[in-house]
Order: sequence, then structure tokens, then C-alpha cells
Amino acid sequence: MGDHAPILQAESVSLRFGGIRALTDVSFAVNRGEVFSIIGPNGAGKTSIVNCVSGRYRPTEGRIRFDGQDITRMRPSRRAALGLGRTFQNLALFGHMSVLDNIMVGRHHLLRSGFLSGMVYWIGGAQREELAHRREVEEIIDFLEIQHIRKAQAGTLSYGLRKRVELARAVALRPKLILLDEPMAGMNLEEKEDMARTILDLNEEWGMTILMIEHDMGVVMDISHRVMVLDFGRKLTEGRPEEVMAHPEVRRAYLGEVEDAPAEAVPA
Amino acid sequence: MTVMTPAGDFRTSYRADTTIFPTLGGRLALWVGLALLCCAPLVLDRFFLSLLINIGTLGIAALGLNILVGFTGQISIGHAAFFGLGAFASAWLHEHYGIPVLLCIPIAGLMTALVGLVFGAPAARLKGLYLAIATLAAQFILEDFFARAQWFTGGVAGRITESPAIGGFVMDREESYFYLVLAFVIVMFVAAANLMRTRDGRALVAVRDHYLSAEIMGINLAYYRTLSFGIASFYAGIGGALYAHHLLFVSVEAFNILFSIQFLGMVIIGGLGSIMGSLMGAAFMVALPEVVQSAADAIAGGALDRMLKIGGNISFLREMAIGAAIILFLIFEPDGLAHRWRLIKAYWKLYPYSH
Repeated sequence: MGDHAPILQAESVSLRFGGIRALTDVSFAVNRGEVFSIIGPNGAGKTSIVNCVSGRYRPTEGRIRFDGQDITRMRPSRRAALGLGRTFQNLALFGHMSVLDNIMVGRHHLLRSGFLSGMVYWIGGAQREELAHRREVEEIIDFLEIQHIRKAQAGTLSYGLRKRVELARAVALRPKLILLDEPMAGMNLEEKEDMARTILDLNEEWGMTILMIEHDMGVVMDISHRVMVLDFGRKLTEGRPEEVMAHPEVRRAYLGEVEDAPAEAVPA
Repeated sequence: MTVMTPAGDFRTSYRADTTIFPTLGGRLALWVGLALLCCAPLVLDRFFLSLLINIGTLGIAALGLNILVGFTGQISIGHAAFFGLGAFASAWLHEHYGIPVLLCIPIAGLMTALVGLVFGAPAARLKGLYLAIATLAAQFILEDFFARAQWFTGGVAGRITESPAIGGFVMDREESYFYLVLAFVIVMFVAAANLMRTRDGRALVAVRDHYLSAEIMGINLAYYRTLSFGIASFYAGIGGALYAHHLLFVSVEAFNILFSIQFLGMVIIGGLGSIMGSLMGAAFMVALPEVVQSAADAIAGGALDRMLKIGGNISFLREMAIGAAIILFLIFEPDGLAHRWRLIKAYWKLYPYSH
């Protein structure tokens, strides 16, 4: 991908809430063009890492660099303009807005018209800008196959559709790195396959780097380039999926295996 | 909210898909309604025109409050104070600097917006009940200021205001002032509708619906919460200025907390997060006392009057009716008149196959 410097670098990130240590000395790097997954048991600190990267939490110690810039203390709203998008584990759509408006919010940092030029819609280019961005948003709507619900109120949609709308909204930011917090949680097999294909398309065709938290080991092993394993807020190991799977600590901590028996639920 | 379009009404361009009035029927109703309003001064007497003017001035201010409460999800129980600030500012600007009234009105709006921004700055950090108390403070601070700043408000004596004039034509009659208010209503409502379909309007709603993910989408929460206060105060200021030049007298006591609650009532009754709802709520609030008055007149002198002694307590009855209306709306139609209106439209669209 041309530039060999990692797009995201976490350097000994620690996060404490009072006496609780959510993350301890976690370092990792995500390379450009990668699908990078974080796995680990519940409470291992996966979402805490994503929250540190997206700015919802500030690490107690350590630094986070994105695209060559130190973003450890940057306001979350400024990170969007740098090219950092995310989806949430628990849906976080704007429930009373239409799907279309939800996705248009994703264009926020790309749009220039302020409230004054918005009020005089026809004069000063707000309309032209809206329509131009609408065109691009429609491409995203096509890509995620949500044309039929573009005018529906987001809060009234089914779970699977909401997940897709949330992804569409994050994609509309035109992010360089997109953080997906359990994109497949609560989906059936068919929806999971669709989502996996979508993620691969985003990675390969749209050129986005993906940082993903996911519990479905089949999906993680199939589509990730590299995997990091967390346990009790510490990094256990990191590497290519097959290396990680072979790691004895991982088998013990995450898969609950003691013996060397092959794990049935996990495709090779 | 999902817009129901008639079957076969397909959009062939994004431009056609982003209009304020999406259906042909809606556009027709708009033009017919505007034409009727333009004819109103020819038909209606001064009493009804004066009611319509009140609906307009209060409607503009209610729209401002709706942008703040309905669209951004912030609360304010000091809106009447900003309305009053606009009224005094416009009167003061005209008397003190001799600026033409027509110019005073927008300048008063800007002055009110500036003060609103000052009070709005803490609002960027407060939510819910805490914000309600902070705006209550704004209400009392401004009310106290009105009572003390004699140079600005005329103190307890109040301030006489002048009618606006274009060239030599003085708009001192309801018939002419009505058109001025109508023009302001159209401009302010179109501006709000435009705002809500562009970047910053969406950002306000995003802050309301889910502020955490709004922030991740690149929306600066503090900026938009403060901006919303500024816009709300601007609308209040314009409404207040129009009110002042209509009544020709502004009294210090008028802009109390009860008036602020009435504004909240308009927004709730009209429909939170609905632009036209703000106007409907204002119309409701203006019409309600008149209805109560005629009801009281009808029973005056009767057995019920003798029993309850209503005759002398009409103002008390009015406050009670407002309170009852707010409670009934909260229970039976929390989405307000605008929602009820949408349901009625949907009913006729689907008739007779409503199920």
C-alpha cells in the first residue's frame, strides 16, 4: 500500500477506572490495508481499546498515533476529519432521523455549508453541496443494499438492518481506518456471510483499513490478516490467524481448551 | 419521520427529493393558504388580525424554542426573557439611535442571539435538570435586569414603541402590520426548514438523538449546543421585537416565567421537533384564552357562575386551561398537533382502506 508506516499505533496504552485496570500496557500496530481483529473473552478490554482509539476514553498512560499524528488527547469530533470512523457494539443510530439523514451525518466533516448558508439553501451553494454528497451517499446505500429503507426512520428498523445502516454511516465518513465493534453480533449465518463480504469489499475495493472486534472465530480467522488476543486487559499474543490459533495460552484463555485436541467449532 | 408519498409519485432527481413540501397537495395547500392569508386583512376585522399577528410573533419565538428543545434536545425555561430582551432592544435601538424600526427588528434579533450565546455557553456542558436550572437563572437575571436597567427598558414605567414605516407609509394599523409579520414568519420558517435539511440542522438532531455517536461522526457537541441556544435566542429576539412594535408598549412585568412556560407549552402542544408544529402550538395558545373567554361569557350570569364566581376570575381560568391543555397533550398526543395533522392526512390518503 505504498506507505509502509502503520496507520495506527498504540504504544503501551493503559487505562484505569479508579482501581480497575481495563487495559495494561497494550501495544500494537495496524498496517495500512489490513484487516486487523481483536479477540478475547468478555471484559478483556477489546471495546476499551476501540474507545481509546475513537476518543471516548483517554488512556491513563501511553500514546496512540494515527496516520503519523499523536491523537491521544485529541477531541473525538476532530478524529473524524482525520479519517477515523467507527460503529458501536450497541447500536448508536440517530433513531428519529431517516436512514438517509443518518448517513448524511457521516458526511458532516466533508460538508462546508454552515448554518447561515444552510438557512439560505438556494443561495451560496448549500443545495449544490447537499445534492453532490447525496449522490455519493447513494453509492454507499447501493453498496450496502439498503435502498428500500432509505426514507425509513432509523429507530423503527430491524436489528440487522440497523447494523448495516450504522456501517453505511461510518463508511460515509470516508475513513482511512474503520473501527468495527462486533459487526456481526446477533446476526444469523446468512447475515454474517453478507457482512463478512461487505467488510472484505470495504477493505479490498474501497481501500479501507479495518480494525474489528468480533466473537465469531470462524469469521475472524477467515477474513483477518492479523489477530491480537487480549485477556484481562493485557495483550496475550498477536499474529496471523493460524499462528494465534496455535498459541497454547489462547487455546486455554479464549477457547477453554486444556488438551491438544482439535477444536471442532473452529475451521482451519 | 417517514413521509408518505402517494402511489405513483416518483422522484426523478435528488433535487426533487429534498424539497420542503414533498407532495403536490402540500404545495397546493401552501399556496392557497398563503393567498388566503394575504386576503385576510380585507376580510377580517382588527380583533382577528391582531390574533393572527400574535400567532405570528409568538410562532417565530416558539420556532426558536423548538429548534433548541425539539431539535437539539436541550431545555430552556427562560425563553420569554429572551423574547422580552428582543422587544426592549428593538424599542431602545429605535429611540436611542434613531434606527428605522424595520432595521431595529433584525438588529434586536442579533443582540438577543449574542446574549443567548453567553447564557448558552454553560449549556454546552449541562444537560437535563441542571440545564433547566441554568436557564431558569437566565430568566431571573434578565427579568431583574429589565426591572433595574431604566435606560434600556424604561423601568417600571415600561417603554413606548413606535410603528415601523417604509418611506412615508407608517404601518400603525393591524391591516398593514399583519403583512410585515407575515413576511417575517415566512422568512424565519423557510430559514428553519432549510437549516433542518442541511449539515448543521442534521448535526443538531444528531446531538439530540445520540450525542456520543454524533461526536464520533465529527460533530463538536459544545459548538452545536451553544449554536442552538444562539439560534433560539435570535428567533426569540425577532419575535419579541415584532411583538413590541405591534403593542406599541412594552412592560417590564410581561416576560415572566409563566410566559416562558407558555412557550414550552406551545412547543409541546404543537409538536417537539416539528417546524409547522411551532406555529400550530402558537395558534393553539393564542386561541385558547379566546375560547375560554367566550365560554366564560356564555355561562356568565348563569347558575354555574353564581356558584363558582367565574366572572371576575377569567385570567385564573385561562391559566388553568393552559395547564390542562399541556397535561392532556402530554398524555394523549405527546407528539403534538403536527403529528395529529399527519395522522389526519394519512387517514384521508388511505381512505377507505385504512387498515
